[in-house]
Amino acid sequence: MAKLRGRGYASVNYPTGMNLGGDPSQALIHATTTGTFVVSLSSVDLGQGLKTVVAQCAAETLGLPMENILVDTADTDTGPHCMGTFASRGTHRVGNAVIMAAAEAREVMLAVAAEELEVDAGDLETDGTGYIQVKGAEEKRVHITDLALAAHFTHGRTISGRGIFLKEKNDPVPETGEMDPDSCQAHACTVAVVEVDDETGVVEVLEMHNAYEIGRALNPAMVAQQVEGGAWMGMSHALFESTEPYYPTRDHGPGDFNEYLMPGPADIPMYHNAILERPAGNGPFGAKGIGEMTANAPIPAIANAIFDACGVRLDTMPFTPERVLRGLDELRGNHH
Amino acid sequence: MASQVVNLRVNERSREFLAAPGTSLLSSLRDALGLMAAKRGCAQGSCGTCTVLLDGRPVMSCLVAVETVDGASVRTLEGVARDGELDEVQAAFLEGFATQCGFCTAGMIMSAEALLDRNPDPTREDVVEAISGNVCRCTGYGPIVDAILDAAARRRP
Amino acid sequence: MRYKTNPIDRTYFADEPAEDFNVIGSVVQRSDALGHVTGRTTFFEDLSPPDLLHVKMHRSTRHHARILGVDLTDALAVPGVVRILTHADIPNNVFTPLKLIGVQPDDEPVLAEGKVRYLGEPICAVVAETEAAAYEGAARVRVDYEELPAVLDVEEALAEGAPIVNEYHGNNYFTYEGHHCRRIRFGDVESAFAAADHVFEWRYQSAPIEHAPTETTGCIVVPQPDGRLRIHSDTQACFFTLDNTALILGTPFNKLRIVGGTVGGGFGGKVDIAVEPVACVAAMLTRQPVKYVYSRYEEMQVSSPRAAERIYIKDAVMADGRITGRKITLYVDAGAYSRHSPYGTTKAAAHLPGPYSIPNVWADCHCVFTNRTPSSAMRGFGVTIGDFALESQMDRIARELSMDPLRLRLINAYRDGDMKAHRKVAEGTALVEVIQKAAEMVGHELPAEYRQMSSMDRASMDREGR
Repeated sequence: MAKLRGRGYASVNYPTGMNLGGDPSQALIHATTTGTFVVSLSSVDLGQGLKTVVAQCAAETLGLPMENILVDTADTDTGPHCMGTFASRGTHRVGNAVIMAAAEAREVMLAVAAEELEVDAGDLETDGTGYIQVKGAEEKRVHITDLALAAHFTHGRTISGRGIFLKEKNDPVPETGEMDPDSCQAHACTVAVVEVDDETGVVEVLEMHNAYEIGRALNPAMVAQQVEGGAWMGMSHALFESTEPYYPTRDHGPGDFNEYLMPGPADIPMYHNAILERPAGNGPFGAKGIGEMTANAPIPAIANAIFDACGVRLDTMPFTPERVLRGLDELRGNHH
Repeated sequence: MASQVVNLRVNERSREFLAAPGTSLLSSLRDALGLMAAKRGCAQGSCGTCTVLLDGRPVMSCLVAVETVDGASVRTLEGVARDGELDEVQAAFLEGFATQCGFCTAGMIMSAEALLDRNPDPTREDVVEAISGNVCRCTGYGPIVDAILDAAARRRP
Repeated sequence: MRYKTNPIDRTYFADEPAEDFNVIGSVVQRSDALGHVTGRTTFFEDLSPPDLLHVKMHRSTRHHARILGVDLTDALAVPGVVRILTHADIPNNVFTPLKLIGVQPDDEPVLAEGKVRYLGEPICAVVAETEAAAYEGAARVRVDYEELPAVLDVEEALAEGAPIVNEYHGNNYFTYEGHHCRRIRFGDVESAFAAADHVFEWRYQSAPIEHAPTETTGCIVVPQPDGRLRIHSDTQACFFTLDNTALILGTPFNKLRIVGGTVGGGFGGKVDIAVEPVACVAAMLTRQPVKYVYSRYEEMQVSSPRAAERIYIKDAVMADGRITGRKITLYVDAGAYSRHSPYGTTKAAAHLPGPYSIPNVWADCHCVFTNRTPSSAMRGFGVTIGDFALESQMDRIARELSMDPLRLRLINAYRDGDMKAHRKVAEGTALVEVIQKAAEMVGHELPAEYRQMSSMDRASMDREGR
């Protein structure tokens, strides 16, 4: 009886967006009297951090600090249309729409600042702390709060912008499957190290090494959240999860978290993650969507590591102790 | 059976309300007292999102019939911040990116508070055990365990 | 304080122009985290309108059966039960969510009509003053069934003489523009098998998987003074839910307003229009606020899971590791209704043959109806299980050829400019680099010519004799 160690590999790509029916999202942005920019959306944050990342996109494009951005979502009376949060589309579609809206608002902001400062708009820049200033003559400047007030009460201008991103409809050719369903592809390679107990059939994942190429890490801490949370879900899918453990029969379906098993905090491996950036031409600041794909490579990496450890090829998910033991029995010639 | 008056000391305040027999502590907190931090994730004691401190001990409030704890002291996440300042656990969760969707967070923090109250210097294993009844589907647990260890370090003099 | 960052490794793609960003690429605190750690974030169920009514469902206890009769007498007698909805109360009872982008036919009743097609299918909705009364009422509904033969296996469902699961389709498969499956035809896979040094064929299988968000699917509908309905929902797609709900209710779209955007985990499970139509009908009929939220058991067994898939992969492989042909037969178990599975099956087809340049590819991807809980979207659907099969296949080929599994992948990895099997030219590829990086991370030694390969330069590999 022994604990057998093995290493397995998997490399994958993943599409950003899935949009054969046409896939738009919109954003509206406007400045309040005191220079806060409200980003109006109907997009949904499932916990992946969309509200934060679109605020970063708005701040970067406007050239203003994060504190000047508010994200107002998701009310269908006040927020413009969004297809929804799925298919790793949120950051890409909504991010692009927000950038477009913010760029239009920035143009108005600079035009009003040019009137206020009596200079040419082309000579203005933002300093990132809240000032709009003349390039090369930074003492000639106006703060966004004063500028927004002036826009409202002196110039009669709305500092606002509209944005939309549309991935156009594309019908697959039924004979060949020719189609253009996505916007870009992110990439990952996972190496899993496992230990298989050849007496109990229990598989323990000891290490997961994940190399990702994601276009642009808009917020590296939230990228880490996706990579690690997804790796955990992949490990959970691989080793534990099913609503129908005796598929295709429907017997013994779990009804709660006592029966539907997932790894707990004691079961997490050591993670080693690396991020590469190859910006996508159509992504917001080059970003690709990675919310979904982080659960994918761990599953085959674990299957391949189990084979490496004990010679059992598991072609059926999940890789339960029962399946491991049956495989070991077969290798030992113990057919039941 | 008739409803009865229940008295609880919730987050240092005396609260009195009517509860029908069998009403859970979770429902009482949410529906009678308007304290929404504790969440209903399963209503059957399998997820830990409704964890609160009952006389200092962590309980899944969905499993506690409120009339059986008349007179008890209850602490919820609403009562953790002091004068509007985050306590160490809250600050460590916030700065450590230990939240994603946030639905399990209240239960996680209350389990952590209970642990640190009785064991100010926990090991990683102690932390793992303390949150073993709390389900998180987003984070993979690592940042949560790290945040609780960080909170312990922040709290040490 | 620390958070775990992943420093960007700029030794790869070093030629990309450096950009000077202000907040992009920085660790910015999450704007929602303060609300989370103080318990102040508002989820839909944290709303508590006065006079709130509760909906609980009576569900099918059969896999496949004709409904002979429904007796509501005992249920209506439960104190607190206000009303019980059946299919007759739903204005446009039969729907399919992707009709908004032209997917047809309507194939799923909001509440069962005449028959049930899976265990747990909703039949009547009990509206009551308390959650307990709603549960009690739902338990006291009596349904008289005539059991019908059920089919639970995808290949059995496609076999001659199998019971028909869903009459709206007429066959146990979704029809793609006249074809019984979504097809990929690229090159000539049979010639590749004839010319190959090795042919390998293996089978892969998964089982349904639950999203298991900590917050279950639900909504609260509050009638407004102007006659509109305000729907507080944890949907992943506000307008998608609004439009589908309005079509089911037969009301003008602007009668509905969805308020949401803060969701306790979704993972694809909250795009099915599962609760809003019934809750809206209940609110319209009672003129009171109504809550309909799944129990944990419903979330586990009734809400749509990630589809089970069965995948056969047959590969033509040369002695040097080049894969010259790949033939895939893939079955997506859609369960009893379409929901998003026809779309997921197309997504699976577009993903084949994985991130590799294989000159001959043939794929038949079947979206199959069976008598089980309908599957639908879940994190990576169409791809996650495909990747399990594809990457297990790569490992097995490497073992059969006694090759380094990473070198096998690098030889076959797609590069910029390659034509994919769905006839889209690859761009922005980086598979080569993530493999090289992973090898570096675990000390897996690669020969110099493999370390020098690049996604941007196919010639660098062709020089190595491909």
